[in-house]
Amino acid sequence: MSEQTKPNTEASANAAPADGPLLNVEHLRVSYHTYAGEVQSVRDISFHVDRGEILAIIGESGCGKSVTARSIMSLIRKPGEIKEGSKITFDGRDVLSFSKKEMRQYRGGECGMIFQDALVALDPTMRVGKQIMENLRIHTNMSKSEAAKEATRLLGAVGIPNPEQRFKEYPFEFSGGMRQRAMIAMAVACQPKLVIADEPTTALDVTIQAQIMELLKRLRNEDGTSIILITHDFGVVAGFADRIVVMYAGQIVESGTREEIFYNPQHPYTWALLGAVPRLDWQNKQVLRTIRGTPPDLIAPPKGCPFANRCELCMNVCLEEDPAYTPFSTSHKAKCWLHDPDCPQEVLEEANQFKVKGGDPLEQ
Amino acid sequence: MSSEKKSAAAKEPLVKVEHLKQYFKVSRKATVKAVDDVSFEIMPGETLGLVGESGCGKTTCGRCVVGMYTPTSGTVTYRGKDVHSLKGKEKKEFNKEVQVIFQDPYASLDPRMTVSEIIGEGMDIHHLYMDKDARRNRIGELLHMVGLNQEHANRFIHEFSGGQRQRIGIARALAVEPKFIMCDEPVSALDVSIQAQVANLLISLQERMGLTYLFIAHDLAMVKHISDRVAVMYLGAVMELADSHELYEHPMHPYTKALMSAIPIADPHTEDTRQRIVLEGEVPSPINPPPGCKFQNRCAYAMECCHKAAPPLEEVSPGHYVACYLCQKGKEAAAAAAEEAK
Repeated sequence: MSEQTKPNTEASANAAPADGPLLNVEHLRVSYHTYAGEVQSVRDISFHVDRGEILAIIGESGCGKSVTARSIMSLIRKPGEIKEGSKITFDGRDVLSFSKKEMRQYRGGECGMIFQDALVALDPTMRVGKQIMENLRIHTNMSKSEAAKEATRLLGAVGIPNPEQRFKEYPFEFSGGMRQRAMIAMAVACQPKLVIADEPTTALDVTIQAQIMELLKRLRNEDGTSIILITHDFGVVAGFADRIVVMYAGQIVESGTREEIFYNPQHPYTWALLGAVPRLDWQNKQVLRTIRGTPPDLIAPPKGCPFANRCELCMNVCLEEDPAYTPFSTSHKAKCWLHDPDCPQEVLEEANQFKVKGGDPLEQ
Repeated sequence: MSSEKKSAAAKEPLVKVEHLKQYFKVSRKATVKAVDDVSFEIMPGETLGLVGESGCGKTTCGRCVVGMYTPTSGTVTYRGKDVHSLKGKEKKEFNKEVQVIFQDPYASLDPRMTVSEIIGEGMDIHHLYMDKDARRNRIGELLHMVGLNQEHANRFIHEFSGGQRQRIGIARALAVEPKFIMCDEPVSALDVSIQAQVANLLISLQERMGLTYLFIAHDLAMVKHISDRVAVMYLGAVMELADSHELYEHPMHPYTKALMSAIPIADPHTEDTRQRIVLEGEVPSPINPPPGCKFQNRCAYAMECCHKAAPPLEEVSPGHYVACYLCQKGKEAAAAAAEEAK
């Protein structure tokens, strides 16, 4: 490790343009080549993340949200492939054409990642402190003792009691919440501009989840770090995200600000997701909204709208042709035939009954 | 006469747990007190929810109730008989009436058996539907009941999605016509939209077949949704037990309040304005629980008496039990005042 070059993150950061969105993803397509055929995990998605913004990507398992996160970090390995025509721009630079050296600086330096399962993501044979030090030593010019001091400070900063002692311990000696905190310490060690949190609290208890989300929020408020939060839980998103992207079958079906998605959702899939989660203020044993069927097979994605065969309001056109995005405001758009000017009135009326907002309970 | 008998039976609890303790020896010196003095009752046709963070002993408690573990002390009675001293015919009858739905639909179904073998195994053991046609029809009926169909019967488990597997697990439990089902985190491993399907299925089956559930989960919103009454566990002890609506409207124990406030609500306005009680630290090890009240070292209101002895679970208002000196103090003060007035 000592032979490795130690580029200074500061210098490269100053050279980059400081305006425009921090991250821009355009027409991203990712496929996995399997024996059964080509699985099109991500199918032409575009979004951006502003500086100091928290963007949430929400969707069920298998919708391509984690693959999107990995693509941004350029962690797609064979048999996966980022298809031609995809573009990921970070701070004005093209991520997909980074040289090895630039990539090393970017991964873990300018862009940190928090994985879902901390026990798998941490090296079990290495002391926790040393793992954080490793990151610092690669990306900054710190000496060993400076890095050790900084790593201890970081452990304390993420709320691990007794950091000097914990520095010397192994991951198995940490509890689940503590491991996730260590992961966060590692991700933010080099003061990244962007942190990608892939389901950071899914494996944790609610009380610990609340602690971790507070910590991430503090990180944004104090350091102005942009965060991409990947989750399937609308509850976590409600108090946390600035903007929300809803993904389904490798596509973005709706995106908008937090208020727009919760109080004025426009896509039937978003309605279904909002209605499927029981809430404490609802009546007991009320029938929950379910989504019939299962997500489509992405080896042979359907010709029309991917949600058509599960949608209560499916029309003939939905099975034939993929809808285009309809903008509702500068930030809010959805991909559904309901918003086509030619959509019949009776379907719209039916749709109004199906609409669920985050704020009010389901009428039964 | 028979109707009188029936109404009397309805008031009798189906399952009664008294001072249940389950300790596990983990080394020569250390003992994990997974369940430490827990008592509750489950009425016929009711759903009792058991919530708590991981490691609080809710699964161990459930497993003791269905007789999978032999408790260290305390008793579990089913229809007035001690579960752990059942023998022979009675034991077999108990095993038929009491079924379990497990958390992990990937681990709890044998990958080398077809669906019909999995569902039919219990029927064969209890000599139900011995006729070949009747057996096949019954399996088809069960599959239909849980939202699958007859064609699925000859397939293997790996051909199904997580939600479908959980349905097969439910069909297996229903095959022997049980009265009482222990659901151990039946929806935790599933996707949000599938969770809703399984929850709806459990509720409708209960209505149709008059089942009694012990529903174990860590998701308070889901437990509240499904259960009639809810018990909140922490470090092997029940902290609060009440009607699920009452528990949500008037949580009394500081731990329940904290747990409640940690649940994210899918509504930005509520999220922005609500006061969140963030608990410091983590659940202590059950090998070395703090003395006195188990929650005292994380409780913001801990008093001197909390360090000395654990507060008993007392009825504070009708049907609402709390194990906290803070909530019981008010009652004591009222009683003292009443005595003075005399």
